[in-house]
Amino acid sequence: MKKLTLLATVCSVAMMGAAASAKDSDDPIVIPIHNWSSQIVMSNVVGQMFEEMGLNVEFITTDSQAVYESVRLGDVALELEVWEGAFGASFREALKKGGLHDAGDHDAVTREDWWYPMWTKEACPGLPDWQALNACAAVFATAETGDKGRYLDGPVDWLKHGQERVEALGMDFVVVNAGSAAALWAEIGAAEANKTPVVVFNWTPNFAEAVWPGEFVEFPAWEDGCDTDPAVGPNPDALYDCGNPATGYLKKAAWDGMKDKWPSAYCTLTKISFTNPQIAEMAKLVDTDELEPEEAAEEWLAANRAVVDPWMAACSS
Amino acid sequence: MAVTSTADIGGHTDQSAKRDPVLIGLLAAAFVLMAAYALGILPTWLYRVPEEWIPPTAEMLDVVFAFVQNDLGLIHLTRFIAEGPLEFLLDATANLLYGKRRWPYLGPIPWTAIAAATAVLGYYLGGWKMAALAGGTFVWTALIGQWDIAMQTMSVLIVAAPFAFLIGLLLGIAAWKYKWVDRLIKPILSILQTLPFFTYLLPAVIFFKVGPTAGAVATIIYAIPPMILMTTLGLKKVSPEVVEAGKMSGCTRWQMLTRVYLPAARTELLVGVNQVIMLCLAMVVLTAFIGMPGLGAKLLAMMGSFKLGRSFEIGITIVLFAIMLDRLSKAWVEKQPYHHEKGTPWWQQHAYLLGGVALFVIFYILAQFIDFFAEIGRRQSFSKGKEIDKAIKGFLAIEGVNAVTDWLRWFLNVKVLIPFRNSLLWIPTSAFILLITALTYWIGGKRPAIWGFIFFTIIAFSGWWDRSVITLYTVISAVIISMLIGIPLGVFAARSAKWPRRILLACDTAQTFPSFIYLIPAIMLFGVNDVAVVFAIVIFTTVPLTRYTIEGLRTVPPEITEAADMSGATRRQKRWSVQLPMALPTMAVGFNQAIMFAFFMVIIAAFIGTQDLGQELQRTLAGTELGKNIVLGLNVSLMALTFDLAVMSWAENRKKVLGLT
Repeated sequence: MKKLTLLATVCSVAMMGAAASAKDSDDPIVIPIHNWSSQIVMSNVVGQMFEEMGLNVEFITTDSQAVYESVRLGDVALELEVWEGAFGASFREALKKGGLHDAGDHDAVTREDWWYPMWTKEACPGLPDWQALNACAAVFATAETGDKGRYLDGPVDWLKHGQERVEALGMDFVVVNAGSAAALWAEIGAAEANKTPVVVFNWTPNFAEAVWPGEFVEFPAWEDGCDTDPAVGPNPDALYDCGNPATGYLKKAAWDGMKDKWPSAYCTLTKISFTNPQIAEMAKLVDTDELEPEEAAEEWLAANRAVVDPWMAACSS
Repeated sequence: MAVTSTADIGGHTDQSAKRDPVLIGLLAAAFVLMAAYALGILPTWLYRVPEEWIPPTAEMLDVVFAFVQNDLGLIHLTRFIAEGPLEFLLDATANLLYGKRRWPYLGPIPWTAIAAATAVLGYYLGGWKMAALAGGTFVWTALIGQWDIAMQTMSVLIVAAPFAFLIGLLLGIAAWKYKWVDRLIKPILSILQTLPFFTYLLPAVIFFKVGPTAGAVATIIYAIPPMILMTTLGLKKVSPEVVEAGKMSGCTRWQMLTRVYLPAARTELLVGVNQVIMLCLAMVVLTAFIGMPGLGAKLLAMMGSFKLGRSFEIGITIVLFAIMLDRLSKAWVEKQPYHHEKGTPWWQQHAYLLGGVALFVIFYILAQFIDFFAEIGRRQSFSKGKEIDKAIKGFLAIEGVNAVTDWLRWFLNVKVLIPFRNSLLWIPTSAFILLITALTYWIGGKRPAIWGFIFFTIIAFSGWWDRSVITLYTVISAVIISMLIGIPLGVFAARSAKWPRRILLACDTAQTFPSFIYLIPAIMLFGVNDVAVVFAIVIFTTVPLTRYTIEGLRTVPPEITEAADMSGATRRQKRWSVQLPMALPTMAVGFNQAIMFAFFMVIIAAFIGTQDLGQELQRTLAGTELGKNIVLGLNVSLMALTFDLAVMSWAENRKKVLGLT
């Protein structure tokens, strides 16, 4: 590790000369990391890119919702994964208060919705259609839910409106909220043992796709206003009567002061755009190949020079 | 006399308690209220406190905090501490232990050097066994590939523990010296000890910045109370002869304190140090929730990506560290200071220190040439994460296991837990408060009953009644189940000489395992529902029940068991009519601890998915709702205190009756 950083510094000097990094502050760029692997690896990848540019980088673990407040205040410099569905609300709120701004979208799209692992399809062949799912609700029944099906939604504070959707579409399901992402995985993992059919909340890109192949349930397609105007969607009297957007954005956010303090790092940040397969690959290195995030980032960078070099080159002149 | 009065195993002081008019009055009033509710004639305000009566406590607290924080400028002070001296210290240890790029730019110290130095320390304190434990823990950590994260945790621990010690010591001395400090500090300590850890975390973040600084502050606050208690206890116990001797030699007040009182209270102070270290370690792991890097954060990340094997390995590392720190500090308690004869050369006096330093330097130099001695990367490590994963999944796929867990899930959920929860929620608030008052009166007498009444009334007016009742329901269910497991286990273990030690070791391990690691197996066995929540708590609460049952049974005075033998009691009679009743006061302490642990764990169980106070608390962590966070935390604390007061008062009375004090 020590040698590598040394190597990286030498390289950076050789590659772009001192001129590029001279303008940037020597203070460490603080990059927040959260508790899911793709974000941690991506942050490490970008951190190592900055280090190659001769900058100091530091990582700090933060809550994924509270981080926008930290970006706004400049406690951390940027955020690399702003999910439309999960963090859109926190991001927009911080945007309103001022202090951070949108630093562009990734190429990747995100989706979060009701999801089932492939083995579920055997018990309920009509899937992924939501009406077919509703027709075999009894397959998903458990001791506590009686003859209604059980849907394991994300934690209440993720505000996924599972309950509202069940009511709006008149589904025979009971919505149970898990307490954490870990609880969702444990539930799927337990079901895997004897191929019990389950339907749970899930999202993509995510390591779970690699571990448990599965599909999203196809609800009535998302239309703008589905969450604000009852008239939109199949049920004229209810909100949330359609699925979540199938192509949500994945953004980067930056602290307003970053542009002036680390101009070349900021410039690189705006150029950065990862695709879904690239993100999946990053997550896989940690989740399946069991590398530490820093090592995974080194490996990913080494294999993807062609992708990242232009981003850095564009900002070094 | 003692033996005759123990004929009644039921638990209350004497038979007449059953016919106590106060008790009957309370119960009758509660039943009248419930009957009225069942008939539909109960005024709604007696059923639940109406929304409009609930004072805006959370909002008021927020205003107060905003005032203290911004207008009084406290935030500048705390931020200064956080960004100044505290961050400086944390950065320095972080540099030494894992090479963060900060002053003094010397680290990271190679793992071999640290392992060797601690092994020497272990040898000095407790011989070869301690040396193996101390050195072995570090070697394991390095080989399993967790060195960096373990050092991130240690770098905070090294800073937090001395602070907690120092602050606790000073406050303890103050409380011993001045009555009013003692009176002021006592209730605060009781609340601090029952407050859920989420409530320590949020204020720390707001005042001390996210990351290691907030983690260190929360850890320090969490670890102070036992140090204060042990300090006052130790100082009070200093024998008058020693004090006299000090006075006669003409000590000044400062000398009296530093040369007489503190050395005489050495044992208690070191027990306090032990407690401080253990609590620091427990809390440092939990501060992962507010962005503290290290073992806790890694554990959360591993659980978040469903890596059971690796989580388990991290759990083992934490247990090893806990056992090592615990045993080393206990060895230090037992090791009395050794005074060398005059004229011993200095190198002989400090032989261990020199040996440690020498080894440290040797390995430090070696590490410069041999990479393996400096750092072990992930690919070189011996982690068996995947294999453990497979074993766990294999276990879950066994038909028999599934059949049992499915049946348990059905039975407990449908037949026991859900009906129990619904009936508790059905009871009108007014009747519930009276029932609690009656219960605490029956157990502990008048004072606990008054407190129970006040505390639950406060909870009723906090606006979180239903969630509090659900929290209480989970706690009660878990404690009852763990009594059914823990007490028989303890009784069984106490029968022989070998078993107690084995079971106690299992208890120690179960307790030092990071609490949230139990959540995943609980979900995998029972799914996301109340059974999993109760199961996770039960693992934790069974420990004190078993421990104190063993303890209680083994410390029954031999005269009494002999007396029973002489009067021709059968083994069964001896156990049920002599040993168990005599052990009850000690068992009550375990029971009390079990309740406290349950209140602690029920909050963590929010990660499984609950509808109680814990869930709301967890939500507040992401935001800035400090007022709400504190109201919720206090509700938990008040419920825990109600039981604490009642059970402890019962145990006191009982001990008096049995003549055990």
